[in-house]
Amino acid sequence: MNGSEALLKKLKENGTDVVFGYPGGVLLPLYDSIYDCDIKHILVRHEQAAAHAADGYARASGKTGVCIATSGPGATNLVTGIATAQMDSSPVIALTGQVGTPIIGTDAFQEVDTIGITMPITKTNFQPRDSSDVPKIIDAAYHIASTGRQGVVVVDLPKDVLENEVTDEDMDAKLEIQGYKPNTNGNPRQITKAIQTILNCKKPIILAGGGVILADASKELVEFATKANIPVATSLMGKGSIPEDHELSLGLLGMHGLESTNNAVTDCDCLIAIGCRFSDRTTGKVSEFASDAVKIQIDIDPAEIGKNVDIDIPIVGNAKIILEKFIGEIDGVNHGDWTKQIVSKRWAYKPKYNFGCVPFKPQECIKEIMEAITPETIVTTDVGQNQMWMAHYFKTKNPRTFISSGGLGTMGYALPAAIGAQVAKPDEHVLAVAGDGGFQMVSQELATIKEYDLPIVTCILNNRYLGMVYQWQVLYYNNRISQTELAPTPDFVQLAKSYGIDAVSVEEIGKLKENIMEAFDQGEARVIEVKIDSSELLPMVPPGEKITKIVGEYKQEE
Amino acid sequence: MTNKHTISILVENKTGVLQRIAGLFTRRDFNIDNISVGKTSVENMSRITITTYGDDKTLEQIIKQLNKLIEVIKVREMKPDQTIRRQLALVKIHAPTEEDKSEIIQYTNIFRGKIADVTPKTITVEITGNPDKINALIDLLRPYGIKEMTKTGTTAITRGQKTL
Ligand SMILES: Cc1ncc(C[n+]2csc(CCOP(=O)(O)OP(=O)(O)O)c2C)c(N)n1
Repeated sequence: MNGSEALLKKLKENGTDVVFGYPGGVLLPLYDSIYDCDIKHILVRHEQAAAHAADGYARASGKTGVCIATSGPGATNLVTGIATAQMDSSPVIALTGQVGTPIIGTDAFQEVDTIGITMPITKTNFQPRDSSDVPKIIDAAYHIASTGRQGVVVVDLPKDVLENEVTDEDMDAKLEIQGYKPNTNGNPRQITKAIQTILNCKKPIILAGGGVILADASKELVEFATKANIPVATSLMGKGSIPEDHELSLGLLGMHGLESTNNAVTDCDCLIAIGCRFSDRTTGKVSEFASDAVKIQIDIDPAEIGKNVDIDIPIVGNAKIILEKFIGEIDGVNHGDWTKQIVSKRWAYKPKYNFGCVPFKPQECIKEIMEAITPETIVTTDVGQNQMWMAHYFKTKNPRTFISSGGLGTMGYALPAAIGAQVAKPDEHVLAVAGDGGFQMVSQELATIKEYDLPIVTCILNNRYLGMVYQWQVLYYNNRISQTELAPTPDFVQLAKSYGIDAVSVEEIGKLKENIMEAFDQGEARVIEVKIDSSELLPMVPPGEKITKIVGEYKQEE
Repeated sequence: MTNKHTISILVENKTGVLQRIAGLFTRRDFNIDNISVGKTSVENMSRITITTYGDDKTLEQIIKQLNKLIEVIKVREMKPDQTIRRQLALVKIHAPTEEDKSEIIQYTNIFRGKIADVTPKTITVEITGNPDKINALIDLLRPYGIKEMTKTGTTAITRGQKTL
């Protein structure tokens, strides 16, 4: 068995049966082994998409995603996708090719210092220098990517390491990692203190982040919130940790959050943050963020505690385990008036906008999308206004069904992430929502969708602008619209059709919904362009301001 | 309040580990005042000593972020009153007269330094000790004219029986 074969065998042993990749010279040995192995390889059209697809796969399934790229330009093309996955703690292994060990450091053809480049954007990275090290490094990569705070591990594979012999003994070897021991159980004293605080406070709020979803702790979150009668706000990454039509759900908090939610968090006297890293997009001005609240933070990563917001009661551990302990101790608390009052404000909140306009209002698109899909449908979003319209108005029902680039905010994410999600969940419907700008960054992946017959529906919210940046220019730069008009957008319908994918452009109310449903029924990919009103402004909190300072069209209807 | 801190880090002796640690400080906007690296008595394990400035919150983040690196086995802040800290300095001083030379030699002896080299016009002094002591000697030598100087990073170990 050579290094490549050992590698593939280890992938299989660790539960991987599909990888996303793109070949190249130094990967010839690996691709030769892939030729007759039973791991499915999805050939993307750009390496960035391989990383996003592996990431989307991981987020949809909870399993570790794997992507492959060749040395040099292949590896550098992966970089955006690696950073995206790492920022959102998505478990991904990126396998990169490297020039042979005898010529490392000589500026050989297609040589790049992948280890050096990816060091700051990965959980860790490895470069086996000997084939015998490949099996134990791959095992370690899975272990590190999928435990503790999940993240990306790069394994950089020199060509000769892929070619040389690996013995059966090598296959059983283990890598000693002395310094890596994630703490999952939480400190009992802090847990007791937290429970006491929760029982005694009057105005508690839970803030659920992506960590709840990563820990598969949504069920426990809802049970705890219900037993303790506490309303739940979420960060962008926390969307889906509680069904957003649950009576205790407050929806999105932060820069593009709901007014009622931002007010509630500002007023609370006890904030229970679970798996949330207090990004500036969530907190707004930190010094005025829930400033009267006793803050409890539960996180698997000790370094997150107190990083951005000062914490009174820190609990380092796995969200599911800690919540189970809370549930065991807390039953039938009544924060009656507070909870009722806060929750009723959320449900009274009806964003004001006009239905039935042409061009479409983005809010109406979101409404049609919600009507067209089921709670199990996986939606991926791109970055920009499209993402924030979705974050604000779309009600996610299930964990792992709202997939979006939160930490890095990577344009071009939606389509390749949808590919990964669809491969992970072949039986679920997958909808990618993108802006016209982001879609154009990755439109070549329509070829991948076609080749593998993936029934993904892509909805392009076409406002002919780099909408999000345009909005900031309107609001904060005196209407000086600098380089954000995408004047000649392609004919998206013809573009999609040239890849052999069905496509329509809709302008009539109801047509978006109808098209999504029809495409899902037929089980075929479709691109739906919706020309939307580019002048519609997204409600937002100016950067650096307190989260109650919302600007933009934002009124509560009576 | 910004303070000086000494942090001791036990790491697995792997390629790139110093780059990882230095990179972490750069990326997270932590300061490195000085750094020293060397092997320990345990095979495959090195010890890195970093002195840094920052408030308590920054220090806490530095320690937590260092702990996240897979190669890092242990991280400790070295409390000043329980720590032996040492630096080595080599200082080449302008000393054209016998009088200069004899004064410099006297100062060096008082500080338990050594004369490492002498030429007609210069004298080179070697001194180890805690950084304050070294600075005190350098201050005394400065008026003669320091032609060249090099200092190592601080290395540190806990007093008494305790180990990292
Ligand atoms: C790769 C990348 N480049 C640039 C940006 C900065 N940026 C954030 S939102 C945005 C505009 C996105 O425009 P579009 O895709 O049309 O979506 P819209 O905001 O109009 O919904 C830009 C340029 C980014 N987030 N990612």
